[in-house]
Amino acid sequence: MIAFNKYYNHFNLLSLILIVVSLLLLIFKGLNFGIDFKGGTLIELRASDAKINVSSLRDRFNQMNLGDVSVKKFGNDNDFLVKFENKDNKKNIIEEIKANLDKSFGNNYDFRRVENVGPKVSAELLKSGVIAISLSLALMLIYIWIRFEWQFSLGAILALFHDVIVTLGVFSLFSLEINLSIIAAVLTIVGYSMNDTVVIFDRVRENLRKYSDIKIFELTNISINETLSRTIITSATTLLALLAIYFFGGEILKGFSLAMILGVIFGTYSSIYIANTVLVRLRVSQKTILKDDDNK
Amino acid sequence: MLYFSKLRILFITLFSILFILIASSNLFKFDDNFFDKKINLGLDLQGGSYLLLEIDNEPVIEQKLQNLTTTIRNYFKEKNIKINNIKIENQNIFFNVTENDKQSVLDVFQDENSDLNPYYPRFKSHQLEIDDTGLNFKVNFSRQGLIKLKTSSQDQAIEIVRRRVDEVGTNEPNILKRGNNRILVELPGLDDPMRIKSLLGKTANLTFRFVTNDENDRFGIEKLKFENDLDEATVSRRIIISGENLLDAQPKMDTQTNQTIVSFTLDRVGAKRFGKATSTGIGKQLAIVLDGKIISAPVVRDTIASGSGQISGGFTFQSATDLALLLRSGALPAPLEIIEERTVGPDLGQDSINAGMIALAIGFILVIIFMFIKYKIFGLITNVTLIVNLFILIGVLTLFEATLTLPGIAGIILTVGMAVDANVLIFERIKEELKDETNNILAFDGGYTKSRTAILDANITTLLAAVILFFMGSGPVKGFAVTLGVGIFTTLFSVYFIARLFTSIYVSRNKDKEKLI
Repeated sequence: MIAFNKYYNHFNLLSLILIVVSLLLLIFKGLNFGIDFKGGTLIELRASDAKINVSSLRDRFNQMNLGDVSVKKFGNDNDFLVKFENKDNKKNIIEEIKANLDKSFGNNYDFRRVENVGPKVSAELLKSGVIAISLSLALMLIYIWIRFEWQFSLGAILALFHDVIVTLGVFSLFSLEINLSIIAAVLTIVGYSMNDTVVIFDRVRENLRKYSDIKIFELTNISINETLSRTIITSATTLLALLAIYFFGGEILKGFSLAMILGVIFGTYSSIYIANTVLVRLRVSQKTILKDDDNK
Repeated sequence: MLYFSKLRILFITLFSILFILIASSNLFKFDDNFFDKKINLGLDLQGGSYLLLEIDNEPVIEQKLQNLTTTIRNYFKEKNIKINNIKIENQNIFFNVTENDKQSVLDVFQDENSDLNPYYPRFKSHQLEIDDTGLNFKVNFSRQGLIKLKTSSQDQAIEIVRRRVDEVGTNEPNILKRGNNRILVELPGLDDPMRIKSLLGKTANLTFRFVTNDENDRFGIEKLKFENDLDEATVSRRIIISGENLLDAQPKMDTQTNQTIVSFTLDRVGAKRFGKATSTGIGKQLAIVLDGKIISAPVVRDTIASGSGQISGGFTFQSATDLALLLRSGALPAPLEIIEERTVGPDLGQDSINAGMIALAIGFILVIIFMFIKYKIFGLITNVTLIVNLFILIGVLTLFEATLTLPGIAGIILTVGMAVDANVLIFERIKEELKDETNNILAFDGGYTKSRTAILDANITTLLAAVILFFMGSGPVKGFAVTLGVGIFTTLFSVYFIARLFTSIYVSRNKDKEKLI
């Protein structure tokens, strides 16, 4: 049996630091919102001429007065991603750009994807993203409250908050783009982390009923160990699937799968070191759950 | 938990085969009459254009208030009630009355059978809201009145948008209402939406009005620019004919001048008015005004009684074709603005499909190898179940003709990774049971029973997340929510019926074997 409980305090401190650092990053550095949430225009461009590269594209676009333009390679050497604010929300901007690029590059390029999100829509998308994440956290809280005691519910929610905040912190640290698919990833992380926590909690509750003489400090450790091989196997298969998406699923899914990979790792960690330690700190005992059984 | 009746085995087998067949229908071409359902590919996979249009209702409200002012004035005039200083300011109509008339005016507005201020019994609200301070009245649209107005202009706009899109002839466009002031247009297979965008961006409000310099024109006059933005002309506000009077419009080649023109045919009312105007107005300039700009202002030379005519204005063949199309499909009730656009080229879509399929295959193989190494014979059972699960998932998506998007494919791959969870929970529990239970059958039974609450809780939480995503997410993300959510159900089915069936067959044949798992 692995003595996970020996490190409860150490890892609680680590998590606290991670959360504080993440929050500081989120407050002071902020998130790198994509056009979905900031508004603007995105063009994915494929070149068939070596003359077209990041710097020549940047030159061209900068001459067009589009505000802040970012030009990046996208996946391979011939694909580029161009993003700009399109502040004035000009109507025929794409046509203008095409005409302008034709002058320099002829038709040795091709727009593979064009996205244009107006300021009104991006504000709405951001709002609905925030609502979706908050709503999912609230629903999880209620669900666990119904299925378990409030102490369990609190533990699970703290673990979820930890996963969401630290994942977003990593995105902030590396300035990774937040777009609609990242919101989907965060929601799935919420589901996954919960899933993991619930399995351990289910065992904790079962053991609480079984043993009246074992303290919660020991009991959580027993429960974690009993479910450990399941935790590892499920995390492993999920990670295998996610790694396959990350490496072979194309550029568009990279951010999404990265967020999920981080989420699965944090989710697995938090189920063990946050959710359970909350139970320990709240001195959950057999009485906590028996009271409830009597009521039923 | 391990007992299966013959009937149940038959049912499970048939059910699985049925869904494998349905899923396979995406790969083979069946006779159309036999089974013609297929998974739809989202715009991000097949390529196409997604446009979200917002209706700018301000001009409509402005216009309605303008009309309402006239109606109110005439209505009370008939009733011999004097209305003073009626004016529109900030989308409110203001007027004042004398002390004697105040109550009767209020009565008219508050009467539930009033035709001036219609009452909607369903919403317990009038169309207009009245605010009186002293003898001053303020009238504007009530909440319900505004909603009615918006939905009706949305209904009109969607009809016109549909006509214009149909005229261009893209395959299977999808045109839907969003809220009460937006229209969603999905155009599969269209990789250059430029033409449609420019067609939808025009209100196409056509009027024929005389050019005049008469300051005392009974209808008022206004200065309008020509299409080239340089020249100006003063035209009367009196509308001779408008786009509504058109029956048809076609681009044509004028053989005499060798110019492209748009020829039009008028309806009876239009023809009559046009004839009358051209007979009295010989020698005058008749301006053809589209969306506040003059296309051309030819001099009337003859009475045109035939009810047909032509518009010239330096068109190219393309611009004449587009103008004819716009005139045929009618004017929008209000200007539309494209507030969101997402276009994916078909080759990027195909690349995404390929990448998604490769990722699915690799993820699948990795998970299968992992499970086989870890659980041997039971890994094999899980793997067979996983394959059947994948078929059922695709079968269900086919049956509902769901839309598969790139994140949707990611959802399927993720389902593959997470689907083994339930089996793992069961197998690990069985291992624990076997520590103090020597009877294999009892241990397996216990493993299934005792892991059930954890499996249920774990899946319900993921399902909750998927449901929220489905309702809050848009487009591609919705596709992810669908595959993730459906995946949970198919996983539970395959774990509790298919995998359990295999397990029960294997266990009952090897019930005395030691170290079964």
